[in-house]
Amino acid sequence: MTEVFELQYALDTFYFLVCGALVMWMAAGFSMLEAGLVRGKNTTEILTKNIALYAIACVMYMVCGSAIMYPELGSTFLVGIGGNGVEGGDTYAPSADFFFQVVFVATAMSIVSGAVAERMKLWAFLAFAVAMTAFIYPMEGRWTWGGESVFGMYSLSMVDFAGSGIVHMAGAAAALAGVLLLVARKGKYGKNGEINAIPGANLPMATLGTFILWMGWFGFNGGSVLQTSTVDTANAVAVVFLNTNAAAAGGAIAAMVLARILFKKADLTMILNGALAGLVTITAGPDTPTPLLATLFGALGGIVVVFSILAFDKIKIDDPVGAISVHGVCGLLGLVLVPITNADATLMGQLGGAATIFVWVFGASLIVWAILKAAMGIRVTEEEEYDGVDVSECGLEAYPEFTKG
Amino acid sequence: MKLVSAIIKPFKLDDVREALSEIGVQGITVTEVKGFGRQEGHTELYRGAEYVVDFLPKVKVDVAIGDDLVEQAIEAISKAANTGKIGDGKIFVLPLEQAIRIRTGETGNEAI
Repeated sequence: MTEVFELQYALDTFYFLVCGALVMWMAAGFSMLEAGLVRGKNTTEILTKNIALYAIACVMYMVCGSAIMYPELGSTFLVGIGGNGVEGGDTYAPSADFFFQVVFVATAMSIVSGAVAERMKLWAFLAFAVAMTAFIYPMEGRWTWGGESVFGMYSLSMVDFAGSGIVHMAGAAAALAGVLLLVARKGKYGKNGEINAIPGANLPMATLGTFILWMGWFGFNGGSVLQTSTVDTANAVAVVFLNTNAAAAGGAIAAMVLARILFKKADLTMILNGALAGLVTITAGPDTPTPLLATLFGALGGIVVVFSILAFDKIKIDDPVGAISVHGVCGLLGLVLVPITNADATLMGQLGGAATIFVWVFGASLIVWAILKAAMGIRVTEEEEYDGVDVSECGLEAYPEFTKG
Repeated sequence: MKLVSAIIKPFKLDDVREALSEIGVQGITVTEVKGFGRQEGHTELYRGAEYVVDFLPKVKVDVAIGDDLVEQAIEAISKAANTGKIGDGKIFVLPLEQAIRIRTGETGNEAI
């Protein structure tokens, strides 16, 4: 190995690890965002779900998820991982590869926690997390980034740079399956078709969470370049950071303007969702658009997400944080926009990949949720829902008053 | 004039408010409170230490009301806030000596 190569290897491994740490930081972003948008009496539970699912994802992906998705990296329990990446043709350490991948699994899983908030049993959710991170996500990861054919029947030609479809739409598909079996929160939809607002308890936290996700996304998209130690890849990384940021900004502004038009006021929660929608939309292809196009793609995501949130409420699908709209609908949008600026992608290829991911994840998730519903029940009782799941599932209040002394 | 003060379960607030609207009540004051009657609390663990949660979240609804509407108000609140389960709450009726509307200076029954 030449000295220059050793330096490249060191730099690329370092970069990969830092990007992985940034994506891990997105777990804090999701926690804060979700905790801010649920009611005070349900806050502890959603925080518990977030930290527990992150830990479960890390363990289950190590146990068998990684072996399903990338068999050449190591077998179950990561046995055999090691050596230098250069032997496999990579310029980064294999453990860095795993570290970067595992935080993506956690991201996909954490999308589910927001959609099922305020009425799901904690342990049913965690049981689902085991299934999702050990098997459901790794299988569709195997057919996309893993490069394997789908059950030997056909191969996908979808271009999904950092995972609009593979991570975000997949998470939303699992969430949708859960939400359909869980049904809406008590009091959300009135007897005569009214849609009742259930305001979040802590908008500062929701905003903080969004900013944390925005920053973490630089690692999510930036790290997906996989290298930074050549002039070409360094340029690509810079373009990806720029476009990622631009799309978020476009999404935030578009959502804010649309909210002003539709509701006469700039709804902060819609702006937050708009920024995230912009980020999800650009995630499928942050490397090819011009900065202006990236901003416009993000803005399109910001517009779509507002309408999507309203539409889901109209058909009585209760999603307290808008996760299915932000990650599912805009994940699909991101995939479909890629062929506009990337000649390697075709609309049919994108749609084929999206359909495969959605059908697999939604179907497999529906089966797992149904089994859990039959075996242990997935919804808390009406009494528990009124008292708040913090008390019934966690035994802890997030905002305790009336303590002694 | 009387002040009808009802302590109810929080999720019943909308039902009670609607029921009071229907009998012609035009204004109420709402406070978040905690309390217990015969509905007992329960014990929880915090980092290994036991603590007793005696106080349960409730909502207090205060309505200033003319003597002629008191019975109707009590009935409206009772029906709307009732779940049949323990902890439904209580209604207290207090005599109200005077009421004044700040903007116009009206007093007595005109003020409520």
